[in-house]
Amino acid sequence: MTDLRSAPTRSTGMGTLVAKITVLGGLDALAVFLGAVLVSRGDYVIAALVVVGAIVLTVIYLSERLLPAKYMAPGLVFLAIFQVFVIGYTVYIAFTNYSTGHILTQDQAVEALLSQSQRRLPDSPSYSVTVVESNSQLGLLVTAPDGTALLGTADSPLRPVDATFQDGQAVAVEGYTSLRFADLLGRQDEVFSLAVPLADDASAGSLRTLDGRTAYQYTSKLSFDPASETLTDTETGEVYVDGGEGAFVGEDGTEILPGWQVNVGLDNFTRAVSEPSIRGPLVYVTAWTIAFAALSVGIIFALGLLMALLFNDPSMRGRTAYRIVMVLPYAFPAFLGAMVWSGMLSQSFGFINQVVLGGASIPWLTDPTLAKISVLMVNLWLGFPYMFLVATGALQAIPGEVREAARVDGTSRWQMLRHIELPLLLISMAPILIATFAFNFNNFNVIYLVTGGGPRDTGAGIPVGQTDILISLVYKVAFTGQNRDYGLASAFSIIIFIVVAAISVISFRRTKTLEEIS
Amino acid sequence: MHMTKKSIAAGALLAVAVLTAGCSNSTTTPAASDTSSAPETNATSTLTVWVDAERADALAQAATDYEAQTGIAVDIVARDNSTLKDDFIQQASSGSGPDIAMGAHDWLGELTTNGVIAPLELGDKASDFLPVALDASTYDGIVYELPYAVENLAMLRNADLVAEPAANFDDMIAKGTAAGVEFPFVVEQGENGNPYHLYPFQTAFGAPVFGRDAAGSYDPTQLTLGDGTAFAQWLYGQGSKGANTISTEITGDIAKEKFTTGQAAFWLTGPWNVKAAVDAGINVAVDAIPSPGSEPAQPFAGVKGFFVNQYSDNKVAANDFLVNYLGTVDVQVALFESGGVLPALTAAADAVSSDPIIAGFKAAGMDAVPMPAIPAMGRVWEFWGIAEASIINGADPDATWAQLTADVQSAIDGS
Repeated sequence: MTDLRSAPTRSTGMGTLVAKITVLGGLDALAVFLGAVLVSRGDYVIAALVVVGAIVLTVIYLSERLLPAKYMAPGLVFLAIFQVFVIGYTVYIAFTNYSTGHILTQDQAVEALLSQSQRRLPDSPSYSVTVVESNSQLGLLVTAPDGTALLGTADSPLRPVDATFQDGQAVAVEGYTSLRFADLLGRQDEVFSLAVPLADDASAGSLRTLDGRTAYQYTSKLSFDPASETLTDTETGEVYVDGGEGAFVGEDGTEILPGWQVNVGLDNFTRAVSEPSIRGPLVYVTAWTIAFAALSVGIIFALGLLMALLFNDPSMRGRTAYRIVMVLPYAFPAFLGAMVWSGMLSQSFGFINQVVLGGASIPWLTDPTLAKISVLMVNLWLGFPYMFLVATGALQAIPGEVREAARVDGTSRWQMLRHIELPLLLISMAPILIATFAFNFNNFNVIYLVTGGGPRDTGAGIPVGQTDILISLVYKVAFTGQNRDYGLASAFSIIIFIVVAAISVISFRRTKTLEEIS
Repeated sequence: MHMTKKSIAAGALLAVAVLTAGCSNSTTTPAASDTSSAPETNATSTLTVWVDAERADALAQAATDYEAQTGIAVDIVARDNSTLKDDFIQQASSGSGPDIAMGAHDWLGELTTNGVIAPLELGDKASDFLPVALDASTYDGIVYELPYAVENLAMLRNADLVAEPAANFDDMIAKGTAAGVEFPFVVEQGENGNPYHLYPFQTAFGAPVFGRDAAGSYDPTQLTLGDGTAFAQWLYGQGSKGANTISTEITGDIAKEKFTTGQAAFWLTGPWNVKAAVDAGINVAVDAIPSPGSEPAQPFAGVKGFFVNQYSDNKVAANDFLVNYLGTVDVQVALFESGGVLPALTAAADAVSSDPIIAGFKAAGMDAVPMPAIPAMGRVWEFWGIAEASIINGADPDATWAQLTADVQSAIDGS
């Protein structure tokens, strides 16, 4: 022990030390840089994580103890970023109303609403403008349609001035510096938000320029009161207040969007199980998902094992050639395989109907039952080679003496399989079967590429199909159509996670009992 | 011992890589922070523009010219059109989005509901655009999009098979059949239907989707889809239990294959497929869509254009680039020359109409109406195609259409 611990100190050469310091120094420099950038952007939490992470890593690799941590730190960093963060973020989203119309912060939503409520006065003229500056306050030097010059700033309404004209346009006025277009580029936000009142009376509207060259008369349909955090419609006087669900709500309950993202507690979970249009599909999609995953594991395992038993028989000739052919679907990219199958199963133009069945018209992908069978068959084709490989390996790992002894005792082939090979196989294969189940539970690729979840269930209130599994349903809720609901989709994901985790835990418990038997 | 040293170095390297990856993941890419800090450096301003990858080349020259004119660099970023809208919505408000994004006018509802685009002001230039382009770019009375190209369906005819345009739908089928090819007429459908491609026939029976309010905006409370029973009956007659001229087995790829190999006489499609047909050696003529009903067959018009990010720090430059530069005749003609789609500016559209194919699409789009961009339209899409597909496949037209109308109405009411 002492030897091990003191060894690094003794043997750490100059070169190693320099390399170590260089790399850690680089890492820390990067962390400091990132931290500074993040702090300037206001992301304090992430900045703190980066800095603390860098300190922890530096301590781990400079310390002479902490040997296990040196090996584990990289893995833990990966785990934190690619697993813990992703899962944590999904959980967080599931408790928010993050969806179409609720993606902004409240301040941004107010900004967007005010911007969208700017109306140009009908039939009002356009004014060519020069942006001018005095004491770093911006103003607009306007050439009125009648050719006179007017000047105003955000605080003082337009008033006539004597200006220097060039090509009929007022370009300069005493006491102000005229800004060229290039000068505006550095302060675009200021220019863009500059509103010069036309007159003392606010209802006359104000002059704004969007491009720094031409100004128009605008009135704002909404006004925001920061103190009470309410929006008021300047025409009707209706007041919109924060309804508590991430949007401003009028007196009659109408929401105006864009709204913003808020925490909604368990709302998404409640909706998933209580809203009839979602609950109905959710129940049978869950049932089909479990059936799909279980049946897939069953048939893939059965075919893989059967093939493994056949090709494991030494009396069979040309085994190697057959085995290579068997493994082909596994070597073929699964995406491509699924898409090719989808094309081959097409009703009137597909290879299966046209060539194999001689012009039959079987609705492989459009009949609810046949579509289910089709996806299972494609999944079988894609999945069995892997199971065949694993089963072959597991079979060959069973000691020859065990079989020899059984044969001496006079067992039949069936008895040997049933009582000797299968139990021994299951010990090594049970974890793989559980993994296959979990994989197929979320086998989005096959469903999406073969049937796209179809045929559509015309009776359901959400766009769900007869072969949709939970994960493809989540995809449709979150990423298709004009009404995305990321919060609801995240809630579904968590439900899926719980189901898969529960089934896996139970299965692994059963596997342990299996091991004890042997 | 050797292992330990190695692992120190390797671990440190990994950690650096991971930290870098992690930070760029959770916050922002370095490129984005460049854009946001650009205004402070003042000397140069860079506009980041996301465009559909297929049109990136068309804009490259315009970007270079604009920089030469104003000193504002324009960084054209080619994006996959299928993910552009979602990425824009996600990133616009985070500060890492582009200053300008290219898209279709029917995104307007979603983009404004999410509050990620800023209004434009076309000023006196508004009347210079094709009426349909201006109509499409206006949402709830406000212009949000600088229109750049107008796309609509038209009837492509294999002029070697059929010499004359068809007078109406039945005439087209008769002419196509007389030409002796396998398919007189093909139109893209698929097992979930394709209402966009059937819409001209639906309007021929006087059944648009939504009515319009006094200001001319589509009104979600006036669902006029239900007037389409006559269309549904006609569609049933063209389906698998009738004349079989429209089939859900014909996908976009199959339709393209049949026409480009000369096995179909007529193809109802958009300008995006013309090149494939011409390249395949087909003598393509572009006609207006023959109507099966008493009214003209009006296709949907899709207007491509540019939006300004509400949270951009370069809104003045962005507005200048769009309104004062991309909205000019020379630039629109130049964009047409590299893109081949009808310009949205009237003068530019007239200038390029000497091309018979463009003139054909322009003529077919005379009656085109903008595809509704209101969020309620999303509810229509969810049910529309499925209902049409089942009518084509022999479902009772009256009952299916009534069910469709009821489903859409309840989905709109429920949302």
